[in-house]
Amino acid sequence: MTTTADETTAAPEPSAESYLQIRSLCKDFDGITAVDQVNLDINKGELFAILGASGCGKSTLLRMLAGLETPTSGRIVLDSEDITDWPAYERPINMMFQSYALFPHMTVEKNIAYGLKKEKIEPDEIDQRVKNMLDLVQLKGFDKRKPNRLSGGEKQRVALARALIKNPKLLLLDEPLAALDKKLREQTQFELMNLQEELGVTFIVVTHDQEEAMTLATRIAVMNSGKFIQTGTPTEIYEYPSNRFVADFFGTINIFDARVINVTGRELTVEVDQSDIQMKAYSDKPVAIDDNVGIAVRPEKISISKQLQDGANITATKGVVEDLAYYGNYSIYRVKTESGQLVQVSAQNQTRSSDHVVEWEDEVYLSWEQNSSIVLVD
Amino acid sequence: MRKPPAALFSIACFGFAFLYIPIFLLIAYSFNDSRLISIWGGFSTRWYTELFQNDQIIDAALLSFQIAAISATFATIFGTLAGLALTRLGNYPGRLFFTGMIAAPLVMPEVITGLSLLLFFISLQELIGWPGSRGATTITIAHITFSMAYVAVIIQSRMQSLDRSLEEAAMDLGGRPFQVFLDVTLPIISPAMLSGWLLAFTISLDDLVIASFTSGAGSNTLPMVIFSKVKLGVTPDINALATLIILVVAIGVAVASLIMFRQNKALSQQKV
Amino acid sequence: MAIHQHRIGDLLWRRFVILLPYSWLLLFFLVPFAIVFKISFSDPIVAQPPFTALFDHSQNLLNRFQGSLNNYLFLLEDNLYWISYLRSIRVAGISTLLCLLLGYPVAYYIAQSPPTRRNLLLMLIILPFWTSFLLRVYAWMGILSTNGILNSALLWMGLIEEPLQMLYTDFAVYIGIVYTYLPFMILPLYANLERLDLEIHDAAADLGGKPLQVFWDITLPVSVPGIIAGSLLVFIPAMGEFVIPALLGGLDSLMIGRTLYDEFFVNRDWPLASAVATILLLILILPMMLFQRTQVSSTESNP
Repeated sequence: MTTTADETTAAPEPSAESYLQIRSLCKDFDGITAVDQVNLDINKGELFAILGASGCGKSTLLRMLAGLETPTSGRIVLDSEDITDWPAYERPINMMFQSYALFPHMTVEKNIAYGLKKEKIEPDEIDQRVKNMLDLVQLKGFDKRKPNRLSGGEKQRVALARALIKNPKLLLLDEPLAALDKKLREQTQFELMNLQEELGVTFIVVTHDQEEAMTLATRIAVMNSGKFIQTGTPTEIYEYPSNRFVADFFGTINIFDARVINVTGRELTVEVDQSDIQMKAYSDKPVAIDDNVGIAVRPEKISISKQLQDGANITATKGVVEDLAYYGNYSIYRVKTESGQLVQVSAQNQTRSSDHVVEWEDEVYLSWEQNSSIVLVD
Repeated sequence: MRKPPAALFSIACFGFAFLYIPIFLLIAYSFNDSRLISIWGGFSTRWYTELFQNDQIIDAALLSFQIAAISATFATIFGTLAGLALTRLGNYPGRLFFTGMIAAPLVMPEVITGLSLLLFFISLQELIGWPGSRGATTITIAHITFSMAYVAVIIQSRMQSLDRSLEEAAMDLGGRPFQVFLDVTLPIISPAMLSGWLLAFTISLDDLVIASFTSGAGSNTLPMVIFSKVKLGVTPDINALATLIILVVAIGVAVASLIMFRQNKALSQQKV
Repeated sequence: MAIHQHRIGDLLWRRFVILLPYSWLLLFFLVPFAIVFKISFSDPIVAQPPFTALFDHSQNLLNRFQGSLNNYLFLLEDNLYWISYLRSIRVAGISTLLCLLLGYPVAYYIAQSPPTRRNLLLMLIILPFWTSFLLRVYAWMGILSTNGILNSALLWMGLIEEPLQMLYTDFAVYIGIVYTYLPFMILPLYANLERLDLEIHDAAADLGGKPLQVFWDITLPVSVPGIIAGSLLVFIPAMGEFVIPALLGGLDSLMIGRTLYDEFFVNRDWPLASAVATILLLILILPMMLFQRTQVSSTESNP
């Protein structure tokens, strides 16, 4: 189920069974609101992602959960305990920092053991647990190294091990993959997911990378200027963005500004601005004639061809290819429609044949299923 | 934002008070009409008048300024070259030794530097007949030697924070090393050279021990005159002199920080 | 041909950059030390210059070396010098510790302040350094003397019955050294603490470290290079300090810088002064090399 912006701002019913409950959490810095009335329920064992551009308040939210920042108002309840006023060092929550924040003067072993030492655990047990943890994150034999002799990926795993060893009820990861290069990032992504599944620890990941959020998380919250805009599964957010911000932020999308000219039940007909192109789409939200709406279509939902495709539920428009980029397995076309708008289309290159290949300056037809169109009312 | 704890704040306040209270007391007492510190004899500027009538102090001040200006200029040239040699010339024979020798005057006790330079000048005189007499020249040489280390350190740290690709770009575009130095490096490090010069100037103006060793009869620098006066106890005209020096420094620092503030503002506006 | 000339020019410029400061330092810094070392083996005579020549060229090769260890033997025999060296080490050591105790919190406070305020606070630390060192030491004479400001204030508050003897004591020397060298302690400490990644504090707190534990486990060990650099910058010059003990210290508070100065200017025993300097240098060579190493390693670590 998709939660829309309207629903999040009104506090949802406190559900007793939620593992982590965030209620009306706010944070002001000298009059500037960094986090604004955030409500969130997370279940045990979830891998939840908070997605937003830098400065949207996601890091502040994470730091409030860790206890490194004091909320201006609101409550945080974890496992039926209100931890809002607990200091960071008493919370059963650990964090993996974006810079990894490894202690430069301690070996890998001492870094990982630090949290257990603060819990006054027997040295023998600490040794054993550190050893197990080193195995788990595949850092066997690195125990006596200092952080400055580790690669980026190794540092990342030490940071993870150090945060995980205390068996936190909640693990917070601040941009966990941002400092790694592309290849390593993909590999580490899967390692993280496997580790999370294996240990059953609840993860909250903060990231600015929508691909990372989509592949990692079971659920995602999209955040903008301190507020949650939409919360849902990756599919929900990708296929049913609740508004223009989410649609635009999450992947590439074409948006046609249009005016509603007819409504029949769920089906509406619109006319694209500055043109006489008409489109049909379905909307669950109430729409009236003469409303201004946006019709959004993902590039991969559009098919491109030199012949007009016809069918009952197909929306089609004509245009000229302005630009094309060949990526091997697929190509991206930018097509200028009659209304003058540039539309991005991505198409799989299913055949090797050079027949019917669309080239620069070709006149083409763009068509897509009527139910691929997303109606954006804001 | 984290806030430093209150205990830290109070110690810091104590630290700043410790640094500044003696200076403010010195200023206040330069306007005390009484010769005794324990008695406030009312506001007076008579110690300033007395100061300006003291030829010995005026002469010494002039000599000190002359030595400071010349030695700071040479120290800046040598120190800048040394800073370059430390950061931009890669490896060359004796580099580590050079690094050590440049930093050594920073920590060398002044009595040792002073003594060794004096004995050096005497030996040199025996050997080649120069310097015939010790005075402004020998003090200047001594000051260049030990203040160039400070300039070198300032230049070195500026060069380290300087993006090397700027010079590489200039070289890539066909600049010869010396041209690159003139066209790119020098304009960028000139503020650092200026602060190096000011530091060298101040150090020279302030030095008592090395000047005492390397000066000859008749050439007394300002610190030497001050020292011989205050050895015997507090003298009010020295309070007046101190106040004047503090005033000059305060104005200088205010102007410098205003310029720096403007530059930073211009820089940050460019970035936006 | 033209290119060839250019290359020679480049090479000359490179040579010039290295050789000019290098030869200056060799001539006016290293050679003088060699001379001090040489003269420390001579004997004093009443003449100009007041020492015997080390090489008597009229003698044959074997007898040419005229040096003696007399000066060093004298230093060993006379308690005065031992006491001076030991007192200097003690005074410099205690002053360094006091500087650290006061300087560390100040440096830490500045490093924790908002970035906009840091520069102002730092400037306030450096500012006194630009005013005359001699005059700042002199300021304490007025504060500490028997009829000085501090005694007057204490008497007025009724804390003491009669003026305390503060000037011309070790206490005054400690104050003088801490006062003049405090910026040298604060600046390297600040440079170290400022660079410190604040996230590692957060990480330690997050892993269960209470504020004081975080300081003890993380901040203090990580700032050791700053502590060493600052302490050496105070200890080494304080060891050879002349002005402060001469103005604030008692006649009996012998420090080696003053002993050397007196030996040279009052007794005019230049060879003995040279021997005193040589030994002082030997004592300081270890801390100085340590300081060099911290400087070199900080140079090499951020190329």
